[in-house]
Amino acid sequence: MSELLSLSALGLMLSLFLGLLRVLIGPGAGDRMLATQLIGTAGVGILLTLSLLHDQPALIDVALLLALLAAVAAAAFTGQQETRHD
Amino acid sequence: MINLLSSILILAGLFFYLAGSIGLLRLPDLYTRLHALTKADNLGLGLLAAGLALYSQHPLTALKLLLVWLAVLAASAASAHLIARQARRQETRP
Amino acid sequence: MNTASLLVFDGLLLLSIVSLAWASLATRDERRSVILFMAFGLVLAMAWGRLLAPDVALAEAAIGAGLSGALLLAAVRKQPRPLSSGSTRGSRYLDGAQVRTVSRWGVTLLCAALAGALAWALLHAFNNAPQDALHRSISANLEASGVSNPVTAVLLNFRAYDTLLELAVLLTAVLGIISLGQTTTGYTPAGPVFEGLVRWLVPILILTAGYLLWVGAHAPGGAFQAGATLAAAGVVLRLAGRRIIGLPDGFMLRIVMVAGIGVFLLVGLTVLVLGRPFLDYPPAWAGALILMIETAAMLSIAATLLLAFVGGQPRSMPARAVANQQHEEMS
Repeated sequence: MSELLSLSALGLMLSLFLGLLRVLIGPGAGDRMLATQLIGTAGVGILLTLSLLHDQPALIDVALLLALLAAVAAAAFTGQQETRHD
Repeated sequence: MINLLSSILILAGLFFYLAGSIGLLRLPDLYTRLHALTKADNLGLGLLAAGLALYSQHPLTALKLLLVWLAVLAASAASAHLIARQARRQETRP
Repeated sequence: MNTASLLVFDGLLLLSIVSLAWASLATRDERRSVILFMAFGLVLAMAWGRLLAPDVALAEAAIGAGLSGALLLAAVRKQPRPLSSGSTRGSRYLDGAQVRTVSRWGVTLLCAALAGALAWALLHAFNNAPQDALHRSISANLEASGVSNPVTAVLLNFRAYDTLLELAVLLTAVLGIISLGQTTTGYTPAGPVFEGLVRWLVPILILTAGYLLWVGAHAPGGAFQAGATLAAAGVVLRLAGRRIIGLPDGFMLRIVMVAGIGVFLLVGLTVLVLGRPFLDYPPAWAGALILMIETAAMLSIAATLLLAFVGGQPRSMPARAVANQQHEEMS
């Protein structure tokens, strides 16, 4: 069973690597941000798998924080305009 | 028995993850790639989390895994919209 | 099978980290560079998780991936657009002056020599140093430290003096930020989707911050991670165009900024007055004192990071504007 877990961690890392190619290629900022979200989701999957593989429940907390902060990063990207009213 | 079910779920999740990433590389447009990302990857994460929850056989861990999946789901839904809207704005600007 | 998979895993991870770092530095477009840096932060948090260092992974996820990215994106947006789109010969030009090939090669060789010297020194240190001396002394004294998480014990008890000075560094950063003067009032109000995201993301971030603070005593977590998460909540509020983002006004802001280092110093001096060395907590009280210091530090760190994102002195709002916004939010 632990072999399956390490194999799935490898598979997720492969998926992350493919997303990495998209981050590096682009061509637009949106594509790169999109691939960053993929890296975030794959990272969450990897952390969850590693948490059960190495029996470290704290890594689930790391995965939760990673998911939340990836959302914050996407929010920062949106290009909300600053205002100078009043 | 539980290990078998858990293995099936984990492998299914892995399949959807890889499908999403391949879609990210091969699809032609930002908007189509967003589909690949948000649908396939979140389903993959859900299946993976379900398989891991079964494997751990600990209710608190299962609950935490569910919470992580829900957070990723809600976050990526909003992120996909925001990224698409930002890209649309860039297109219409000269 | 197990170790082979993990070996390939580690190899891919290393490749990702190096290529993201290289790409982030090598690109000319600043916005692209920042997005690559955010991806780099995410992968780095994962690497810390793989190395089974959850405390650092938490800090990297909170600060490196989310907050630094938001900060840098906001800064990049304020840059004026360059007049030309970057010439292809740019690598040989430094601010318009031409850099000679000899100088470039000289610098490259010097950097390579320095990197080689550092690598040799690190290898030497890893091979010759006693591996578990630190581990043994921490485990021996963990009981008396008041917490059961060794990282928190080191940060807040054994090496409390270093943490105190780090908080002083944060306070200095605050002085620098405030010296920039008053800042813009904020961002445009968010559309419905962003608003929907804010309504669940901010409460969960605040809850997670409180959880990380509490759990830091016996599991990975602590004041820095909690403070960064709290700051992220404030950043999301500001991006959504809200006026009230959790930063207090005027005098209260000063209290919150000083709270971290203030409480720390107060505890240290009180202990000194009672006859023990500086910052040497009495073992019976250690747990409670550490929690108190961590709470104050969390608030200070959160306020500092949020102030850094705001980018200057926040404008204090007149009372009518506050009432108007509260009325808008309720309707």
